[in-house]
Amino acid sequence: MPAQPISDTSVPLSPTFTPPADPRPAAAGAKTVLQADDIARVLDRIAHQILEKTSGGDGVVLLGIPTRGEPLAHRLAERIATFAGVRVGLGSLDITLYRDDLRTQASRPLGRTVEPAGGVDGKLVILVDDVLFSGRTVRAALDALTDLGRPRAVQLAVLVDRGHRELPIRADYVGKNLPTSAEEQVRVRLAETDGVDEVSIHAGAAGTARAGGPA
Amino acid sequence: MTGFSRPVLLRGVRPLGAAAVDVLLADGAIAGLGPSLERPDGAELIEADGAVLLPGLVDLHTHLREPGREDTETIATGSAAAALGGFTAVHAMANTNPVADTAEIVEQVARLGELAGLVDVRPVGAVSRGLAGEQLAEIANMARSSAAVRVFSDDGHCVSDARLMRRALEYLKPFDAVLAQHAQDPRLADASCCAHEGELSGRLGLPGWPSVAEESVIARDVMLARHTGSRLHVCHVSSAGSVDVLRWAKQRGIPVTAEVTPHHLLLTCDLLAGYDPVFKVNPPLRPAEDVEALRAGLADGTIDAVATDHAPHAAHDKDHAFSDAAFGMLGLQTALGVLIETMVEPGRLDWAGLADRMSVRPAVIGRLAGHGRPIAVGEPANLTLVDPSASWVVQPAALASLSRNTPFAGRRLPGRVLATFLRGRPTARDGVVPALSGASAVWA
Amino acid sequence: MTRHLLSAADLDAAGAYEILNSAEQMDAIQHRQVKKLPALRGRTVVNLFFEDSTRTRSSFEIAGKWLSADVVNVSAKGSSVSKGESLRDTALTVAALGVDALVIRHPSSGAAHRVTEWVDCPVINAGDGTHEHPTQALLDAFTLRRRLGELAGRHIVIVGDLTHSRVARSNVLLLGLLGAQVTLVAPPTLMPAGVHTWNCSTSWDLDATLAGKVAGDVDAVMMLRVQRERMGTGSSGGGRAAVGYFPTEREYAIGYGLSPARLDLLPEHAPVLHPGPMNRGLEISSIAADSPRSLVLDQVRAGVAVRMAVLYHLMAGADEGSGRTGTTGEPHPAAVHA
Repeated sequence: MPAQPISDTSVPLSPTFTPPADPRPAAAGAKTVLQADDIARVLDRIAHQILEKTSGGDGVVLLGIPTRGEPLAHRLAERIATFAGVRVGLGSLDITLYRDDLRTQASRPLGRTVEPAGGVDGKLVILVDDVLFSGRTVRAALDALTDLGRPRAVQLAVLVDRGHRELPIRADYVGKNLPTSAEEQVRVRLAETDGVDEVSIHAGAAGTARAGGPA
Repeated sequence: MTGFSRPVLLRGVRPLGAAAVDVLLADGAIAGLGPSLERPDGAELIEADGAVLLPGLVDLHTHLREPGREDTETIATGSAAAALGGFTAVHAMANTNPVADTAEIVEQVARLGELAGLVDVRPVGAVSRGLAGEQLAEIANMARSSAAVRVFSDDGHCVSDARLMRRALEYLKPFDAVLAQHAQDPRLADASCCAHEGELSGRLGLPGWPSVAEESVIARDVMLARHTGSRLHVCHVSSAGSVDVLRWAKQRGIPVTAEVTPHHLLLTCDLLAGYDPVFKVNPPLRPAEDVEALRAGLADGTIDAVATDHAPHAAHDKDHAFSDAAFGMLGLQTALGVLIETMVEPGRLDWAGLADRMSVRPAVIGRLAGHGRPIAVGEPANLTLVDPSASWVVQPAALASLSRNTPFAGRRLPGRVLATFLRGRPTARDGVVPALSGASAVWA
Repeated sequence: MTRHLLSAADLDAAGAYEILNSAEQMDAIQHRQVKKLPALRGRTVVNLFFEDSTRTRSSFEIAGKWLSADVVNVSAKGSSVSKGESLRDTALTVAALGVDALVIRHPSSGAAHRVTEWVDCPVINAGDGTHEHPTQALLDAFTLRRRLGELAGRHIVIVGDLTHSRVARSNVLLLGLLGAQVTLVAPPTLMPAGVHTWNCSTSWDLDATLAGKVAGDVDAVMMLRVQRERMGTGSSGGGRAAVGYFPTEREYAIGYGLSPARLDLLPEHAPVLHPGPMNRGLEISSIAADSPRSLVLDQVRAGVAVRMAVLYHLMAGADEGSGRTGTTGEPHPAAVHA
């Protein structure tokens, strides 16, 4: 179970929802690029950058994209509170039903969409995700956000940018730029979901041209 | 019956499965029987090669749908199916439209059968007017007509009123006729009931047709038969309990006979799980315990006869939800194969026993002269030649019936009818029926 | 995930939980300003109803529309056996219009099964005769889960005309799948044939059952509608009166109705469900129907969310394996089956 968000949430958490752990076995030839303390430092920096760029976090809402965007958003919100004493809005935005590949993939389980108490209208929404890849996830998130309300502006924070964009999308806050080849897999593990903090790169599995975390 | 027929010499046949002999058919009768008969001039020769010779099969229960539903079957097409199935006589049930409850209609049915010239079609007369179950039909007129009706039945409906049943049984006596009852108490199983009442019907949500609806009627009717001294015949027995009642009645010398269908000897109710109406029939398919009791009953003679209850239906009458679809299955062409599979091959009946149930006793019950006779010189040549070692796959589109509703589609059945002879004339040869003769050809 | 939803037994436990969890998320849409999710945009769903049902039909209609599907209601009530058109012809005609999913309600058991023989698209059974009503069972489970938490190990009692209830059949199957224990209570004449082979206990004694003396403490009770036509008081036009399954409404209510006294037999936490429409005073007293324990309205609200989840899960992946590209990266790691 993820830790309780530190701001009010408008919808009670379902007693049955648990985010799934990554079941993929460790592939051979893995290279760790970020360890736990690296990730902590990176998140510290992003939090400071957010405070700087948003003039103190006023009217800011962090929406984590499930699965791993959620705990990342939570950690950022904690840091912002610690560094500046500001409580930003915190929630999650599930994009499963906005994907552009619904017809070609079997149905996926849905993640949680939780609006922060103040909603998103007129707010500066910062989408938070673990990996930025093709940009399609963010495209879907923008559509989902439109159905939620009308923010005054939208920004994007990611832990890792691995390149290979297929849409004109860029992140405002990047933890680490990670040049990868399209066949490689980037694997993000977080304590809240996988028991450990680690970002690693793996050689692609045979036949998977576009392996990698959701982008 | 017109037409000149050449003599036929069957070489190396096994009558009722006994040792191989030659049999000569001439002038409508068995003219010779013995080892190495000489072939007369002009006689057709059939090398039977050890095939089994049976008396022509007699069906006590067929629906030929004419008059009224000629889109599903005619007397001509039904006769063709019968001949291909090894039958030389069929009893055509009365639930046509109009109902066969007068001499005029039964005579017409008989005439159309004669014109088709492939099997002896014996019309069954209704017991009650319009099959309504209220007033007696013109039983005497039908018995005295040129159709000489000897089997009366409201099949499709049960003669459920006890008083009417008693009257009808008594009224039949001067004609040596038999009342064939469709045993289904309408208060226990009404027209909407379509599946054996039990675990499956409860699970599938289909209205249940409990065995007791059949057994209770048979129990009442055998006592009425005892009381009146009249002959009772029970149609399409389907349950173990019914066999018990029949056994009890026969032990007491009550004049009751019974028939079972091939499908009730082979198929069980679990086939309904996919809701396919090709398995919808009245009485319904039942569980394995009932099937076993029916086989045992047929083997020991408690059940006297096999009757197909051949019931053709148009596709659009079956293309409905299960409970809305029509009841009934085809049966004439597949009957022999099913009986060989369920009774002969497992050794529960030998060929003589099979001949008894499928020809001899049905002919006696229907008072049908000339059929079900011993295979001996001088007897009418109503015969069926069967190759028990061959087999065939049932393909609905290849059947002679105008309809396609067979539950055995795709199934491989043992035994093939090599030839059927009606008074010495081949009506079916190697799966083909010669061109239909007479006016019925218009409908073919 | 199953291709069609004809019976609650078409789902395995994983599939049932997936639908219920998705329904949780979709339920939130009711509170949004923009009640739309684009999941089924450009797809067409046809409600082919051979039987009147405003409640179920509107529920499916809203569910489809909130997922951005085009929903068409076809009332086939007149075009059935009576007019000579076969079920096959009706189904093929509708399918020929180009539908992506068929929701079917029919007065005969197994009708939805037959339709799957003739059409290509997913078929959802919205109630067939006295056979099953799987989406009702799903919304009942959804409602119970919200009130009681996980249903594994819970004891649910279902009371009423079980012989003719498609809701009962689907519930016994689904609750069993979710690990709940079920007891069916009805007079002998209203118990289904073969019920002793079902995955449940049975009892003729409602008081003893609710007091926990038959199969243990009760966590919820579901009352089923008893059709008045089943009683012995009706008479058919001319001729004999139909013999009822039960002598009088009064005797039924006394023996099997959820009276205020019976309500008090239930543990405090146990809710009351009813699929509706209710016969107040017959199978359920007004006091019970309107009590704080009653989840009847929650069931109705749950209907839309659950049906949205069913439509989404059954209609996703329609073009799977078609070779279309444009995926959003690797499938979600949790969806190992994808």
